[in-house]
Amino acid sequence: MSHLKNGAWIALLLVCGLLTACASQTGCGTPVEEEPVVVDERPEPSEPAPVPEPEVEEIPDFMDLPDGTTVAVDADGSVIRSVVNFEFDESEIGSGDFRVLQQHATRLNRNRDQSVVIEGHCDERGTREYNLALGERRAMAVQDFLLANGVRPSQMSARSFGEERPVDTGSDEAAWAKNRRVELKYE
Amino acid sequence: MKRSLVVALLFVANVCSPFEIVIDRGVDTLAPVAIVPFRIYENAIDITPIVNSDLSSSGQFRPVDEANMLSLPSSAEEVVYHDWRVLGTDYVVVGSVFIDGLGLLVADFEVIDVNQERILLSAQVKGQVEDPRSLAHHVSDEVFRAMTGVRGAFSTRVAYVLVENRTQVDERHTLMIADFDGEREIPILVSDQPILSPAWSSDGTHLAYVSFAAGSSAIHIINLETGQSRLLANFEGINSAPAFSPDGDYIAMVLSRDGNPDIYTIEIASNVIRRITNHRAIDTEPVWELNGENLIFTSDRGGSPQIYRVSLDSLRVARLTYEGTYNARPRVMPDRTNFIFVHRSPTGFHIAWRDLAGDRAARILSSNVLDESPSVAPNGVMMMYSTKSNRKGILSIVSVSGEVEYKLTSPAGDVIEPAWSPYLPLTTTFVER
Repeated sequence: MSHLKNGAWIALLLVCGLLTACASQTGCGTPVEEEPVVVDERPEPSEPAPVPEPEVEEIPDFMDLPDGTTVAVDADGSVIRSVVNFEFDESEIGSGDFRVLQQHATRLNRNRDQSVVIEGHCDERGTREYNLALGERRAMAVQDFLLANGVRPSQMSARSFGEERPVDTGSDEAAWAKNRRVELKYE
Repeated sequence: MKRSLVVALLFVANVCSPFEIVIDRGVDTLAPVAIVPFRIYENAIDITPIVNSDLSSSGQFRPVDEANMLSLPSSAEEVVYHDWRVLGTDYVVVGSVFIDGLGLLVADFEVIDVNQERILLSAQVKGQVEDPRSLAHHVSDEVFRAMTGVRGAFSTRVAYVLVENRTQVDERHTLMIADFDGEREIPILVSDQPILSPAWSSDGTHLAYVSFAAGSSAIHIINLETGQSRLLANFEGINSAPAFSPDGDYIAMVLSRDGNPDIYTIEIASNVIRRITNHRAIDTEPVWELNGENLIFTSDRGGSPQIYRVSLDSLRVARLTYEGTYNARPRVMPDRTNFIFVHRSPTGFHIAWRDLAGDRAARILSSNVLDESPSVAPNGVMMMYSTKSNRKGILSIVSVSGEVEYKLTSPAGDVIEPAWSPYLPLTTTFVER
């Protein structure tokens, strides 16, 4: 099992959010149209941004973190967001998440030996067994999106944890919104 | 009177429970019953507080405060009816506890109807000296039957999952079994991955459950007598929501191996699997009607989660609920004509009940915001569900009459997924005199 523990996730998401905000727009020669981003003027996070090996010419699509997990990275080494969120009892991917999923698809297409686990999650409302099914439906929606963007079925596996693995244990709209999600996990 | 009930229960709770018991609702409309402290001989143990607690939790009786009792009889012949009439008492329970010549713990007791001046039951329950709690629950079962005509379910147990340190590195899930009142908790299975959906076999010897120990959901069956566990379903996708058939030969379950979640049955002895529903919507949470001929389940095939029935013979599906946008996780009541389920109202997710025939409107039984996992006692008098209070998962016991609600909380973590056992074999014996 190479689960990222949830504490680590929160830290990662934080880093992720800051880094993608600073991401360069050059991409990696991918067909993906990068939208202009608002540059975050805050200082770099305390964790040092991993720097590619200087002698390596090509820019890696994936990077191993010190905790043993693998993340998809942008041309400048910044971590690509690996979580997309959903509305209550919905499994439709928001158009605002198309770009980030396409970035993942691009990297998976360039690295056919790289596989991804697509994990669906729900908020705590409603019944646990229905949520298990709903989480799977969300994971399948993301899997279908990646498939349509060229990722091979053999690279992907989907699973659901229903409402059992919240990232926020609160019982308010903010916590629920964070918990209704699909996470892309590289192993 | 309300205060005395609280005091009595807290006293019981302090004995050895990992749970804390809190009463949550008014009890003014309940039939007053006086459980006179039993006369205790020599080394015998007082079981009266447990009987008091049991009868209160049924939501049909209100124990009379001992401090208000004008006399403390221990047999029917010592009862002065006037003493109880002035207190407005409907029933008096008197008795004694002693150790007999064979070394067994014995409760002698009588149940008296004050208004009719009649002895409803004169009986004896015998058990092991080291197990006064089982003796007390059995006495409560018989007292309840004498007063209501319905067998008490106080000797039953409940399976549930304790979740410790959720979202932390040391997250731990424990499948537990305890007395229905949360006492005598026994861990059955521990995992660092989620455990869900415990379901009893109808004879109470096995539990089916869902474990994520292998990384995703799989259905297992554990034999509670031998402790042996068996993997029943571990197909690609979801394996969830097991439910034993009334005859114990089959399990209904949810698999998504064929593309999306549908209802299947598996014959336990042969592992032969049969697909029951085939729809691109979510079908889940199957439960058997007690005749074994139909399954009731949740589906969002109509656009929102609603409850449906499928005939195992014709595989024809009929919709049962229409009220609101979310009705799920049905459980059929022992009377065979009603079911309880999770219902979303404008104020949140509540437990509701209704008849299968659809002749009556649904009635809401619980009043919190995040109520789920309803499970009904085998006598249909009480039900238990899980909810959240102050960020903690807790269990709540509510009488189906809706009058009394108890909360069971664990200081160790969240308690979720209660499953009320069927009637179980007893270690105590009952003799009517």
